[in-house]
Amino acid sequence: MAVVTTSPERSDAAVPDSGTWRAALTHAAPFFGMLVLALLLPLVGNDYWALIGTRMAIYWVLVSGLNLVVGFAGHLAIGYVALLTLGAYTTSVLVAGNVMPAVPVFPALAVAAVVGAIFGVIVGLPALRLRTFYFAMSTLGFATIVTQIALAWQSVTGGGIGIAGPEFPAPFNTAWGFYFLCVGIATFTTWLSANVARSRYGRALIAVRDAEVAAEATGISKPKMLIAIFLLAGACAAVAGGLFASLQTYITPDAFTFDLSVLFFIAILIGGRGSIMGPLLGTIILTILPEIAAPLAAWSTFLYAVLLLVIVLVMPGGIAALLDFRNRKPLASNRAIVPRPAALADIVRRRTGDNALALRGIALSFGNVKAIDGLDLDVAPGKIHGLIGPNGSGKTTTLNVISGYYAAKGGTMTLGDDALPPGMPALRAARGIARTFQTPRVIGEASVLQNVMIGGTVEGRATFVESLLALPRNTQDERMLAGKARALLGVVGLDGLADVRADRLQHSELRFIEIARALMLDPDFLLLDEPAAGLSGDEIDRLGELIKAVSARGTGVLLVEHHADLIFDICHQITVLNLGRILAAGTPAEIRVHKEVVSAYLGG
Amino acid sequence: MLASIIAAGLASGAIYALVGVTYNTMFSTSRVMSFTAGQLAMLGGLFGSMFTLKLGLPLILGFLLTLVCCAIIGIITEFIAVRPVLKNLDQHLYVLSTLAVALMIQQVAAIKWGTEPQPFPRLLGLGSGVWDEKFWLPVLACVVTILGLEYLYRRTLVGRAFLAIAEDNFAARALGLPERNLRIASYALAGIIGGVAGYAGGELLLAFFANGALLNFYGFVPVALGGLGNNRGAIVGGFALGLFQQAANFLVGGIFSSVAVFTLFIVVLLAAPQGLFGGATARRV
Repeated sequence: MAVVTTSPERSDAAVPDSGTWRAALTHAAPFFGMLVLALLLPLVGNDYWALIGTRMAIYWVLVSGLNLVVGFAGHLAIGYVALLTLGAYTTSVLVAGNVMPAVPVFPALAVAAVVGAIFGVIVGLPALRLRTFYFAMSTLGFATIVTQIALAWQSVTGGGIGIAGPEFPAPFNTAWGFYFLCVGIATFTTWLSANVARSRYGRALIAVRDAEVAAEATGISKPKMLIAIFLLAGACAAVAGGLFASLQTYITPDAFTFDLSVLFFIAILIGGRGSIMGPLLGTIILTILPEIAAPLAAWSTFLYAVLLLVIVLVMPGGIAALLDFRNRKPLASNRAIVPRPAALADIVRRRTGDNALALRGIALSFGNVKAIDGLDLDVAPGKIHGLIGPNGSGKTTTLNVISGYYAAKGGTMTLGDDALPPGMPALRAARGIARTFQTPRVIGEASVLQNVMIGGTVEGRATFVESLLALPRNTQDERMLAGKARALLGVVGLDGLADVRADRLQHSELRFIEIARALMLDPDFLLLDEPAAGLSGDEIDRLGELIKAVSARGTGVLLVEHHADLIFDICHQITVLNLGRILAAGTPAEIRVHKEVVSAYLGG
Repeated sequence: MLASIIAAGLASGAIYALVGVTYNTMFSTSRVMSFTAGQLAMLGGLFGSMFTLKLGLPLILGFLLTLVCCAIIGIITEFIAVRPVLKNLDQHLYVLSTLAVALMIQQVAAIKWGTEPQPFPRLLGLGSGVWDEKFWLPVLACVVTILGLEYLYRRTLVGRAFLAIAEDNFAARALGLPERNLRIASYALAGIIGGVAGYAGGELLLAFFANGALLNFYGFVPVALGGLGNNRGAIVGGFALGLFQQAANFLVGGIFSSVAVFTLFIVVLLAAPQGLFGGATARRV
């Protein structure tokens, strides 16, 4: 299923492509295995197993969508049974025709999907601005009121007496016929969610989850992303609801207990975040568990809760972490970062424009502290501008103002002839401004390659729908991003680690990942926040060469650093800050002999 | 009609406010929003019903035993669901661990006391109509709790230590405050406040296991309205929510009053994410 999203790299993309097919197959093989098992079930089982299998498939239709919300975006949606309920009642009421003329079951299912998608977004609205507990609460609240409404709105839902579930036409009206329908739909939603997960949208979701600030700097718009997956997850849940109602043949509000919500949610956590196979196994295990331990059925929610606690406290990675054999192999301990700046010429477009980044009279204070007080700064294309000064002199704050995390209270910023609006960090990437962070902000659970690919998110052209359906433009995007990211990893000297989980790397390697990620944009301006901190002497020298090579391609570099040697070595211009004001500005030769700078900062 | 709306609104508002204070009490010493808040109130009702009605204990003894049991549940929560996840607070694992404990409590309650609402004893037998005790008892409990908390926080050393930890955990520890013990104490206190809410509201809500999830949500709305950790905000928000809900109940009917509450919740969160009385956001970069 997932295989469709990963076409082989073409050999002319300067990428070693042998084994890409094999890698894609290895990814997809377990899913095909599961599908084959699902198709073989009728050979071994009776109608009882058809019921269990159907239930599993229906649950998975919901969980495959919810997985993008919980497992990828990291939003704790605990009340998704509400959307199942909504879908079940919408389908049943439309088919029963007790409100309006009866509708055939498949169109009714489609209408339910639309309704579910809309409510998926409404319930998700708090997640756009707030994290975790608020969203968990809004889904819980929604679950509470949907049940109340189903009970109280008797003219439509039948209240506590309930309503008949929809019946599917032949050949789906037998136990096994319906089973195959559900497995088919489950396969389709698996394919959809795998497409999203493996596209730039899936990576962006994880980036927002684990490194939100860095995600903004690469131009990822969190609200747009989340709304897209809330639509998808809501639609999946409602379709699952329609199928569920049919399986139940008759539905009352009692059928939709909160236990179901817990099952969906815990299946994902047991499976592991950022995985599709894990939650699939989790769903199967949790569906079967009460069946094989019938005396415990009454305690099933209690067992789920215990499982949840154990997972959280003991193995936060879930099943997916257990199955991740690739990242068990030890890494070489004596590895060195050897950048190859010369290779930049093949990857990064040469900049020709002469638009400069100019700051005039920028002022910003936090309370009574003037962090920056009337700062003028020019970064010219193709030049390296050093920004130095003691701790607390406003260097990082300046970077944050340029990249939009802080809105300056006074002054102007211009890029060429255009004003650069204050605030709005997510719009900087599109303007050609990339940056790194003082503490590397890298997604630990993603591979090094994926981390770098995130830097090129705004370069992708496929829309969410194209990615969802794995249409050609998405395939082109993926090929382009992966090829460029691999090439840039070669430039920064990390190509041997492309497929390793980023949280296994050393600090210095993370710094170079951030640089590669920033270069994915072909930036006009690159802001580096203490890139040499924590690097060895050799590594600092190589970093210097790399930065020089980047600026030689026409990129303007603004370098905040404490290593005076590096600054004086590679910068064309230097600005010295002290207490938010410019102490001195000029060429390295001028700064080196500037009296106040020497006494205030350099020493000697 | 207006009188009954106000009476029912103030009564349910007082319960919501107390659950909100329960959230805040746990939050203040641990920075953890715990899903057990509503469950504690639910248990207040169930324990009260069990001790007084089933076991036939004297009113006062039953009440005290209820509070003790709730306090113990609060302490257990601290030990198994809060302490282990405090190390990485930024991963928000507490949402999951406290949810797990809340689910366990709810399931045990459902199995032990059944899934039907249980009767709650008539406590004093005072008043009728809009002056029935089931309306004014929760309000009285809320007022007494607020006064008690004010006394605790302003006049006692322990209370001031609570405030110190809520204000700045690191500085408080540097001063030598026993942070861990104070945290345990605050969870016990939260258990007691939740127990009071459930006990005082027992005649209104009955002893019903599903009240836990309901109060989790309706008790959180005032916290969201008032800002995390802000007791004054939670109390104002709680009463406002109760009145709003009852007014909506009267105006648009039972089906849509909960929709109205949910809409209010979403709108407030979108318009004022930090709550109407909340503070500024933390530094991100």
